[in-house]
Amino acid sequence: MRFWVNRLLGVTGALALLYAISVWATENLQEYYFKVIILCGIYIILAVSLNLVNGITGQFSIGHGGFYAVGAYVGAAWTVLWQPEAARALPLLQLNTLHGHIVNLLIALMLGAFAAGCTGFLVGLPSLRLRGDYLAIVTLGFGEVIRVVLLNIDAVGGARGLIGIPSLVQSGNLGFFWVFLFVVLLIAISRNLLQSSYGLAFLAVREDEVAADATGVNTTRVKVTAFVLAAVFAGIAGVLYAHFFINISPDTFDMNTSIIITTMVVLGGSGSITGSVLAATFLTAMPELLRDFKEYRMVIFSTLLILIMLTRPQGLFGHGELGYATFQRLIRSGRGKTL
Amino acid sequence: MTTRLLEVKHVTKRFGGLAAVSSINMAIDRGELVGLIGPNGAGKTTVFNLLTGVYVPTEGTIHFDGRLMNRCKPYQIVRAGMARTFQNIRLFRQLTARDNVKVAAQLRCRCGLISSLCRTPRSLANDRQVNQIADELLDVMNLQDVADARAGDLAYGLQRRLEIARALATRPRLLLLDEPAAGMNPQEKVDLMALIQKIRRDFDLTVLLIEHDMKLVMGICERIYVLDYGQIIAEGAPSRIRRDPRVIKAYLGEEYGDVESDTGTGFSVRTEV
Repeated sequence: MRFWVNRLLGVTGALALLYAISVWATENLQEYYFKVIILCGIYIILAVSLNLVNGITGQFSIGHGGFYAVGAYVGAAWTVLWQPEAARALPLLQLNTLHGHIVNLLIALMLGAFAAGCTGFLVGLPSLRLRGDYLAIVTLGFGEVIRVVLLNIDAVGGARGLIGIPSLVQSGNLGFFWVFLFVVLLIAISRNLLQSSYGLAFLAVREDEVAADATGVNTTRVKVTAFVLAAVFAGIAGVLYAHFFINISPDTFDMNTSIIITTMVVLGGSGSITGSVLAATFLTAMPELLRDFKEYRMVIFSTLLILIMLTRPQGLFGHGELGYATFQRLIRSGRGKTL
Repeated sequence: MTTRLLEVKHVTKRFGGLAAVSSINMAIDRGELVGLIGPNGAGKTTVFNLLTGVYVPTEGTIHFDGRLMNRCKPYQIVRAGMARTFQNIRLFRQLTARDNVKVAAQLRCRCGLISSLCRTPRSLANDRQVNQIADELLDVMNLQDVADARAGDLAYGLQRRLEIARALATRPRLLLLDEPAAGMNPQEKVDLMALIQKIRRDFDLTVLLIEHDMKLVMGICERIYVLDYGQIIAEGAPSRIRRDPRVIKAYLGEEYGDVESDTGTGFSVRTEV
C-alpha cells in the first residue's frame, strides 16, 4: 500500500514538473530552439525504442522508420479523416476546446501505437527467425514497403502527404509535456526491463540464442515482445511528430530516417539507454548547429561518425549506463581522492 | 509412477542422406547416472541435440517422464525438466556469473512483462527471489567469489562449473552434461567427479553425461551406452563395457592391446594415436 502511495506521489510530481517546464519553455524559448528540442525528444523516443531491439535483444533491425510512419499516418488519419465524422456524433470529440484537443490526441496516440504495434507483430513474427544481415535486409525492405504504400494511397495525400493536421500537441502549451512524457516513460520502462530479472532473458537472447533456448527462454516470444514494444513507441513518436509539425509526407519517413535512428543506437553504444539518448540528441541537434556550414554539413557529420567508429567501435557508452549509481560512484571515488 | 524417466525408441536423425544417428534405443531410470561414450563423430552430441529439441528426430519417439517430446521446442523441454550443458561452453559472456544463473532461475518464477516494466512490488519480490536462488547455486558450485565477474572473463574450469550452475537453476530432473571435463587438468577432473556426485545427491538428479575421459566415465557412471557411427553398439555396467569386444574394436581397432589391464586414462589417450 505504502508502495503505491509513493509511486502515485512520484508520478504526480513528475507530471507537474513536466508541465511546469513545458509552460516555461513555450513562453521563454525562441520558437526555433523549441522546435529543435521537440525534435530531439521525438528522436530520443525513436532511438531508445530501437535500442530495445538492436541493443538489448541484439536483433539488428533498420526499418524503424516504417513503424514511425505507420504511427504518424494512422494518428493523422484519425484527426484529419475520421475525427470530423466522429465529432458529429459525439460532441465530446469536437476540436474547439482544449480538452477536445487532448481527447483527440490521446485517441490518435492510441490508434497510432496500436497500429504500429500490430505491424510490428506481423513483421516481427516471421522475420525474427532470421539473424544478423538477413533480418536487417528484411526490416529495411519493410520500411521501404511502407513508404511506397503510403505514396500510393490517395486518401492520405499520396506523394503530397497529409497537410494541415490540427496542431494538437502544442495546444495549451503542452508540446514539451507530451513529447517528454513519453521520453520519460520509455526510458523508465527500458531501465526497469534492464534491471529486472525478467529482462535478463532479453540480454540472454542477445548474448547467445542457442544457450538462451537451452536455458528455457522462449526466444521467439522475447524477440517479438521487444519488436512490438519498440514499434509501439515508434508509433507514438510518429503521432507526436504529425501533430506537432502538422505536415507529413512519405518522404519524412524514408530510408535515411531509419538509418539515422539506427546510427543513433550504434553510436551511443548498443544496449545503453544513456547512449541512445545522448546520441539521439547529438545527431538531431548537430545538423542544426552546422546550418551555417550547409555545404560541409554532411562531410563533418560522416567524418565524426567514422572517427567514433574507429576509436570506439562499441559506441560511446558500450553497454554502460550513466545514472544515479554512476554519480554515487564518482562522488565516492572523489571523496577517496581528496581525503 | 514408473521409474523410467527417459525413453528413446528407434530414433533416427538424417541430414540429407547421412544418418548421424540411426535407430537408437535408450532408457534411463530415475536417479541413474549414465554415461554416453563413443569415438569422435560417433553422434553423441547429435543425441543430446535430439533430446533437447535442437533437432527434430527424423524417425522414432522420445518420451520424457511419460510425455512425448519429439516436437517440443527447446525451451519447452527445459521447462519439462531436462537441462543441458554444451561441449563448447555457451555462456552469456557479457553478463555476470550471477546473471547467467538468474536467466535460468527466472524460468521457475511467475512474473510477467507488464509487472517488470512497471517495477511493481511483485516484480521486485520476484527479483529478490531469483537473486537468492542464484546465490545459493553459486555457493553450491563454489562460484560465490566470482559472482559479479563477467562470465566471459572467468577461467575455463570456472566457466564449466558456471554452465552446470545455470543448468541446475532451471531445476531439472534430468541433467545432460556434454563433456563436462573437457580441457580440465587431472585435479579439476577429480573435483568435478565429486561435484557431479554431490549435485546428483543433493538435487535428486538423473544424469546423462558424454565424456571422453575414461577414468571419469568408468569412475562415476553406473551404466554406459557406447555409440559408434550413429548406432548404440554396447550398453551395460562399466566393467562389462571395458571388456566388450565391439567397444574395444570401435576405440582401438582389432587385435590391439589388452584393455582390461588398462585402468587409467590410457584408454582415451591411445585412441588419439
